[in-house]
Amino acid sequence: MAETRNEFLKQVAAEALATAAVTFLLSFLLVGFDTVSLQGQALTFNTRFDAVAWAVALVTAGRVLMALDRHGLHWPILVFGSIFAAYFIFAGVCGVLGYPAYDNLPKPHFDQPMALVIFGIAAVIIVGLSLAGRRTRQIHAMSSEQRKAIEATSASRGYLFLKYLGPTLIVFALALPLFANQKWVDALVVALTFVALAWGLNIVVGLAGLLDLGYVAFYAVGAYTYTKMSMYFHLDFWETLGFAGIFAAIFGIVLGFPVLRLRGDYLAIVTLGFGEMIRVTMLNWVDFSNGPAGINNVPYIDFFGIPFKRKPEEGTESFHTLLGIDYSTGQRLYFMYYVVLVLSLIICFVAVRMRKLPIGRAWEALREDEIACRALGINPTNTKLTAFAIGASFAGLSGAFFATRLGFVSPDPFNFELSAMVLAAVVLGGAGSQVTVALAALVLTIVPIVMLDLVHYRMLVFGVVMVLAMLWRPQGIAGHRRPTIWLHGKKNQPLTASEGEALA
Amino acid sequence: MNFPYFLQQLIDGITRGSVYGMVAIGYTMVYGIIGMVNFAHGDVFMIGAFNALIGFLILAALGFSTTPFMVIVQILIVLVIAVCFTAVYGWTIERIAYRPLRGSSRLAPLISAIGMSIVLQNFVLLVQGSKPKPLQPLITGRTEVPVPGGSVSVSYVQMLVVAATVIFMAIFALIISRTSLGRAQRACEQDMKMVRLLGINVDRVISLTFVMGAALAGVAGLMVTLIYGSVNFYMGFVAGIKAFSAAVLGGIGSLPGAMLGGILIGIIEAMWSAYFKTEYQDFAAFAILVLVLIFRPTGLLGRPEIEKV
Amino acid sequence: MTATKALPPELRPAPDPDELLCVDHLTMRFGGLVAIDSVSMVAKRKQITAIIGPNGAGKTTVFNCITGFYKPTMGRVALYSTPGEVPFLLERMDGFRIGQQARVARTFQNIRLFGGMSVLENLMVAQHNKLMHASGFTVLGLVGAKSFRRAEAEAKDRAVDWLKRINLIRVADSPAGSLPYGDQRRLEIARAMCTDPVLLCLDEPAAGLNPRESAELNNLLKSLRDEFGIGVLLIEHDMSVVMGISDHIVVLEYGRKISDGDPAKVRNDPAVIRAYLGEDA
Repeated sequence: MAETRNEFLKQVAAEALATAAVTFLLSFLLVGFDTVSLQGQALTFNTRFDAVAWAVALVTAGRVLMALDRHGLHWPILVFGSIFAAYFIFAGVCGVLGYPAYDNLPKPHFDQPMALVIFGIAAVIIVGLSLAGRRTRQIHAMSSEQRKAIEATSASRGYLFLKYLGPTLIVFALALPLFANQKWVDALVVALTFVALAWGLNIVVGLAGLLDLGYVAFYAVGAYTYTKMSMYFHLDFWETLGFAGIFAAIFGIVLGFPVLRLRGDYLAIVTLGFGEMIRVTMLNWVDFSNGPAGINNVPYIDFFGIPFKRKPEEGTESFHTLLGIDYSTGQRLYFMYYVVLVLSLIICFVAVRMRKLPIGRAWEALREDEIACRALGINPTNTKLTAFAIGASFAGLSGAFFATRLGFVSPDPFNFELSAMVLAAVVLGGAGSQVTVALAALVLTIVPIVMLDLVHYRMLVFGVVMVLAMLWRPQGIAGHRRPTIWLHGKKNQPLTASEGEALA
Repeated sequence: MNFPYFLQQLIDGITRGSVYGMVAIGYTMVYGIIGMVNFAHGDVFMIGAFNALIGFLILAALGFSTTPFMVIVQILIVLVIAVCFTAVYGWTIERIAYRPLRGSSRLAPLISAIGMSIVLQNFVLLVQGSKPKPLQPLITGRTEVPVPGGSVSVSYVQMLVVAATVIFMAIFALIISRTSLGRAQRACEQDMKMVRLLGINVDRVISLTFVMGAALAGVAGLMVTLIYGSVNFYMGFVAGIKAFSAAVLGGIGSLPGAMLGGILIGIIEAMWSAYFKTEYQDFAAFAILVLVLIFRPTGLLGRPEIEKV
Repeated sequence: MTATKALPPELRPAPDPDELLCVDHLTMRFGGLVAIDSVSMVAKRKQITAIIGPNGAGKTTVFNCITGFYKPTMGRVALYSTPGEVPFLLERMDGFRIGQQARVARTFQNIRLFGGMSVLENLMVAQHNKLMHASGFTVLGLVGAKSFRRAEAEAKDRAVDWLKRINLIRVADSPAGSLPYGDQRRLEIARAMCTDPVLLCLDEPAAGLNPRESAELNNLLKSLRDEFGIGVLLIEHDMSVVMGISDHIVVLEYGRKISDGDPAKVRNDPAVIRAYLGEDA
């Protein structure tokens, strides 16, 4: 750095002051005053200025460390970051394990032990990012040949990893029920339903670039279609599953037709509005949906016509009687697990296949440049509607599965929060790779289970991660795209721009 | 058809609508200058309401009395508090979540905005809890105005809200048309590259736009605490969608359009809950948004956009 | 043929079978501004027609009206894609249908390639409609039917032919956005040709090209005209391209046509000289 030491310190000091002032203004009212509303009493408050002080101190310190790091002074962030991380993780673990020493350790006002652990992990990540940043700067300082070589190897390594990770995970998932207990299998059923949703939305948002913020509406349509049809017509799961998908697809076409010509932001808001409209309707149309109380006794899943009942009705078989074994709740559970696994794999397969077909290429082209597509004679409305309808049908199938899993359906779960979570999975995973989207979806479902006490923190962390993911990799959606057709033979790596230049 | 009842709903609607309009102005100003829907703006409004609420609590604890004169003083002080503190939120959000993404695709800033909205909601949920916070109404009292068919009661709060709206609209109109900032904003809406070439700090103009929008959202938050006396962490979500509908209805990019749209939506809402089922009033707001975007995307006062090929 | 006489005038086949595009009193108004005023011209098959004129003359507006990006205020644009048959009335058609049914292809002033997709993929997307049909609207494609795979292989071969023709075969798998400017222009033209058009509209194809590249472009356009028998309509400022290859030139100024004829006639037309060089030239 060519700056003099004084200038440098002045700059950092100015940054620190600004950061402290802004953090203070942001936190003084909302954090400093804890409003308390008790029954029958007027609203009062307690002060929490210590929390404000912690916030200002932490944020300013973090900013100073990062500024120093940016200007070339790396040891403060590594040292202090590590100390901070270690302390917080230690304190948090003490609290989680219930050691009495925990109470005496200084900690910020929100002293949930798990939260401290999370702060600690966040600090570790920040330190890691600073190290990664240094490596990036080193790479940029190298010659362009060296850089291309490094880019190529890391890209190919990354791609090979993902390529083999996918099948590995599938084999693992198939074998899982053999050695996991029921609680885990149940958790995975939930997780896989979410993965199916993410893969479905990946077609709409990732491939076709249509920002759908109301995807949950189709999930709801599938769930309610299954519920109503199976209960009204006395059909079983397999007979109504197809209808759930078809109805959701029809809904997709009906909702999509008037709005798909709107530009990105507008489409997002409108689809959000649709999602909310459906939720409000289900909440209030009590005759149809029984309102917030929900509909009970939704038929459970059956083994292709044979129910999983402990005591089958007169003259009918149940699954366990057919096989001549004892009844156990696990039977239905394991069957559901495999059904949802196969369902999501089918969705995955269809998505991967379609990408290579003309329709998939048209989706991606539409996402790149709609005007050019029109000039090539591609019908944008029909193309978008196809993506929308297919995505909707997958959500519908997942919705039917959701309803049958619990035997109960209510409007509560079909809210914007769920739409946002599915979108987060697609965004974080990055379109183009089914594997990363699935991983992101799994992480997003597993983490809340782990953080069960911290359900409030969970959404906060989601939001923060969404923002950070965009700041880190804004082109995450169009990240490293692999072409769908090759001339010069498949390579084991996605194309990087510098490679393209080298070839040209 | 009961005329006084109808008029009562109309007044109620205009009051609500003024609040929506003030929030809508924030949406429309930001969209006009950088072409982005600030998804988190509704939650900035919610934070403004909380700031106002806490401001009132502080003043009460400091012993401000509730004589009419002191009430006005309190409102003025809390106005300053709400505007300043909420403006900082607006500025920070732009700096952290939007400015770094300004060059990239349409999708990235929108998702960042959604993430920010979630962060704001859950931040307030964590620090203030999930229960709605009821505040003792500061201004009570209404007057009866005789009209053909009976009389209509107008509360002082409603009059205050409308008066404040008119004043702030006038201030903003002056800023946009007379000050150099306003000129720079209008120029940025037309051709940002050129503005940069002329040596104007475009980043600052954009920041100030966000700040102005957030400040107005702070005022709207104050109004809401006075009218309804209750705030909760989730109010930004629905209010935001309604305010955005108002901005679209009035013509995105047009300030008077945003206020007009807000008032229209307020009136429609009031009429709907008076004459039809209240539970579906949110539904009505969403439906208006969808219909406007389908049939007249440029809104009532907006300029039609011509695609540059 | 009595059948022909019964049709209304605008739907009758063109008297001259070489007429490909017939623009008739085309007018485009934006609010109070008249961008083009009653412009009429004819572009013939197997000919290169250039539209030239000073900036702001309305050239791109004419283009956009022909290719469906603007709906003209008045006038008719008839495309006789098959000689002797009823024409397509382009001013009434949806944008994409002009490419899909009337087979009019265009390139853009600002190059609109699918930058994130590979060069080969860009050419495959251009053959979308044919391939969609062959894939049975995706169903046949999903099950891997042989007829679809054959169609896809044919499309790929076609794309490869074009890549060889424009000398981009080595970079077939590179992202289109990573190509140098001149290559991108050629790719855009090849992509337009992959839609199998009868009329190719090029918006300033020589913009930003150096003299050698312009000469290559001339050869490419002439080969398109000669080998494929299509009509080429182009907007251009580069006079070496215009005078070098055009069979027919239309000159616009302030939204009106001021000259129309072969290069020799237009070059010496006093109205044209005045428009470009001013009164005293």
